[in-house]
Amino acid sequence: MSHANEFSSFFPAVFALLLAPLLLGVINRTKAAFGGRCGPPLLQPYYDLRKLLGKGAVYSRTTSWVFRAGPIVALAATVAAVLLVPFGPCGAPLHFAGDLVLFAYLFGLARFFTVAAALDTGSAFEGMGASREVFFSALAEPALLLGLVAVAKATIGGAGGFELTGLHQHVSGALWLDAGLVLLFVAVALFLVLLAECSRIPVDDPNTHLELTMIHEVMVLDHGGPDLAYIVYGAALKLWLLSALVVSVVVPRAPHPWLDLGVSLASVFGLAVVIGVVESSMARLRLTRVPQLLVGAAVLAVLALVLESHT
Amino acid sequence: MSLLLLGLGVLIGGGLLAVVAGRWARSANALGAASAVAGSGIAAVPVAGVLVSGTPLPDFSWSWNVPFGAFTIGLDPLSAWFAAAILGLAILAAVYGAGYLAHHADRKLLGPPWLFFNSLVAAMLLVVAARQGVLFLMAWEGMALTSYFLVTFEDEDCSVREAGRIYLIASHLGAACLLLFFALFASRASSLDFTALAAARAAGRLGETLAGVLFLLALVGFGAKAGFMPLHVWLPEAHPAAPSHVSAVMSGVMIKTGIYGLLRALTLLGPPPAWWGWVLVAIGLSSGVLGVLFALAQHDLKRLLAYHSVENIGIIALGLGVGLLGLSAGSPALAVLGFGGGLLHVLNHAIFKGLLFLGAGAVLHGAGTLQQDQLGGLLKRMPLTGAAFLVGAAAICGLPPLNGFVSEFLIYLSALQAFREASLATSSGSVLALATIGGLALIGGLAAACFTKSLGIVFLGEPRTRSAAEAHAPGWLMTIPMLVLAAGCLLAALAVRPLLAGLTPVLAVVLDQPRGAIARGLAAAEGPLSAVVTASLAVLALIGLLAAIRRGLLRSREVQEGATWDCGYAAPTARMQYTSTSFVQPLADFFAPVLRTHKHVHEPSGLFPDAASARTHHEDVFLSGLFSRSYRGLSWLLSRLHWLQHGRLNLYVLYIALTLVILLAWQFGLGEWFDQCAAWLAARPTRLF
Repeated sequence: MSHANEFSSFFPAVFALLLAPLLLGVINRTKAAFGGRCGPPLLQPYYDLRKLLGKGAVYSRTTSWVFRAGPIVALAATVAAVLLVPFGPCGAPLHFAGDLVLFAYLFGLARFFTVAAALDTGSAFEGMGASREVFFSALAEPALLLGLVAVAKATIGGAGGFELTGLHQHVSGALWLDAGLVLLFVAVALFLVLLAECSRIPVDDPNTHLELTMIHEVMVLDHGGPDLAYIVYGAALKLWLLSALVVSVVVPRAPHPWLDLGVSLASVFGLAVVIGVVESSMARLRLTRVPQLLVGAAVLAVLALVLESHT
Repeated sequence: MSLLLLGLGVLIGGGLLAVVAGRWARSANALGAASAVAGSGIAAVPVAGVLVSGTPLPDFSWSWNVPFGAFTIGLDPLSAWFAAAILGLAILAAVYGAGYLAHHADRKLLGPPWLFFNSLVAAMLLVVAARQGVLFLMAWEGMALTSYFLVTFEDEDCSVREAGRIYLIASHLGAACLLLFFALFASRASSLDFTALAAARAAGRLGETLAGVLFLLALVGFGAKAGFMPLHVWLPEAHPAAPSHVSAVMSGVMIKTGIYGLLRALTLLGPPPAWWGWVLVAIGLSSGVLGVLFALAQHDLKRLLAYHSVENIGIIALGLGVGLLGLSAGSPALAVLGFGGGLLHVLNHAIFKGLLFLGAGAVLHGAGTLQQDQLGGLLKRMPLTGAAFLVGAAAICGLPPLNGFVSEFLIYLSALQAFREASLATSSGSVLALATIGGLALIGGLAAACFTKSLGIVFLGEPRTRSAAEAHAPGWLMTIPMLVLAAGCLLAALAVRPLLAGLTPVLAVVLDQPRGAIARGLAAAEGPLSAVVTASLAVLALIGLLAAIRRGLLRSREVQEGATWDCGYAAPTARMQYTSTSFVQPLADFFAPVLRTHKHVHEPSGLFPDAASARTHHEDVFLSGLFSRSYRGLSWLLSRLHWLQHGRLNLYVLYIALTLVILLAWQFGLGEWFDQCAAWLAARPTRLF
């Protein structure tokens, strides 16, 4: 935490809360460029959020308070997770030994309520999305935790506690020379988890209008107005957080804090471009293939841990 | 100690009075429940005292006429920790039971179930308080028998009788191992008093091999009660059969007496070798992962909950295993975190599993069935039950800000500690951490799948059948205990400091170390746990804030109600909803090699298809493969002895006479005479030929 005194530890939270929707804009622009279109403005997600927040709401007669609580709890859990993630030269506002476990479980809380809200509509489509969501996330969770633990072990080893901030501050060029394979495996595993958790191609398609092929989008079919705004914003935050994690594993800390901040910001948006490229150049996987992808991510994380333990 | 005995007396006496008052069902019901609450309340006073002060009560001994030793009971922090869970849940279950059994008043005697319930609570209390082998075994057997009679409460149902039979056999297989455990142990000690057993071990009279054999006996004996994986087969049979307040007590605390017994045996057996820890870790992982997988596939809500008890016992065993490894490696930090997480999970599981079983009872009471695919939309018909069930479901998945997360977090911390532990070999530390973290993460994800399923299918959406549509909410006697337990799920997560303070003396007993060393070990967890509390409070505050913003935004706007958007289809029916079977189908297919799913599908075919149907059924590999097969072998073996049992009375009398003659011959030293004959023959081998 050498630079922490120069920057408030609330910077990461402010960046995440303000810039997260911009990531969606960057991805969409990238995809538009690949498709030969000029695409929506970069700030379109912000316009969408403003419009949604200004609308009324329509609720299904089947639903109960659980349906209304779903987006609220999911966004609350995601915002709480923002407090745990460091960014650039700044440590996270809340950091402690084992915070990476809380990070993963906060996403679990968000998922629990999103799935419950989907089942509350009594719609076959949303039940289907919920079913797929819990299946894939049960496989993604070990990959996420083991990956984070592997890189925490590589960076801080026996010294500090297993905390995200410590992990983040200790990624350096020297470490890449030293344990590059471990970091590479973890980065790939976390990137696959990101694609699955944030419902991007090749796991899920955020744009399709064919409900049968979707996971996350089909779970929120019935939400509208401010509820949908919460969901869209929560999804953007989740994308930001997981991108920041991948970036903090891949990109070594720069010597100067301002440089570090610039590099980190550029890397996060660079990652958004990469996601856009992946989405433009790949088709969605068949659903039966997705578990193989996720188990593959978990295996990579385990391999990273094994490698780390024997170096 | 006198209060503890008084509590036991009130429990038994009140139960007997309820039997006497049996003809007047309502008064028997009231009397039984009141004495259960009063007796447990009285006994809870000294228990709370021990937990708060951290000092054990002096042992109480009464030399009775039973052979092999006195009636010795004591209350140290370890006993008090389990007793607190037992008594707390017993009080709430008794209140709930008063409401639950009242509906059986016109067709059943209510005295006996209350006598058995009160005796069960008394027996569990005696199990954790006993300080002498014979007394312990008597209390253990009493616990098994009283709960057997409670399981078979609805004995007019054939499947309930079958469940009771399986339960009785399983408990006695375990009890046999315990009998052997105490007999073997006592052969090296002067008496069956626990102090004498511990002294014999301290004097080095247990060899390494004998200690290992004793550990395995304790593992099987206590594991059969706790529900360790291959021995779990009675749980999914017995728990659904019992009345719900009894299932709550059985699943919430009775199976924990197995954990208590294992811990007590470990304190008697002294410093463990590493393989004991590895065995427990392996059992924990297999029970945890397979328990939740089997749970996922269940159609019956209470069977699902029973399998989840197996899963949670697995998590507890995982914590204990990590703790044992820490103990054997001489690392107090690892031992404190592992045992601490396991013990905390004992308490937390009692809270949320008690809550979930009470909720399932309310569903059965209100809608008449526990088949999840026939329910739905119950949240609107029983709002408080549904809300409490939701809290319990989130807690059992280990989600913050509820109590399940705190104990699982401690076990995660112990696994992370294993990475850094210099005393463990690098490779074994890594294997341990990898297995624990990967296992817990997978268990957590699958548990979330399982409980979103039962919450969503049972309580949310549209009712799937008429009985679900006409379900009614339970009365206040049944509702209040559920609300108390739901509040407990949140409070136990936020009150981390008092819980850690209460855990310190308990761990001092388990690890046999001074309290200061334990407190230093726990201090490492205190910072992270306080931060978890901060984060939990942040989540709660954010929920409040976001809810207020949403309310403010929608205040002046139009909020309409309509049909569920079914992609343009305007007349969706309840039958189009996902069912519990279809919800878990992708997971069940993925894990098909373990789950052994049997599908009976009748597809529509031809030009004029008739009614189609699909049914799935999952068998428990261990019940169908391991136990049924070995019992078939056993019964084949025993059937070879059928010729002895022919029904001729005169020959039976001959058996008796022959046995007597042999025994007499033995008694009068004929055995020696035979020996001499044999020696004489051996000395002259040539003369025979």
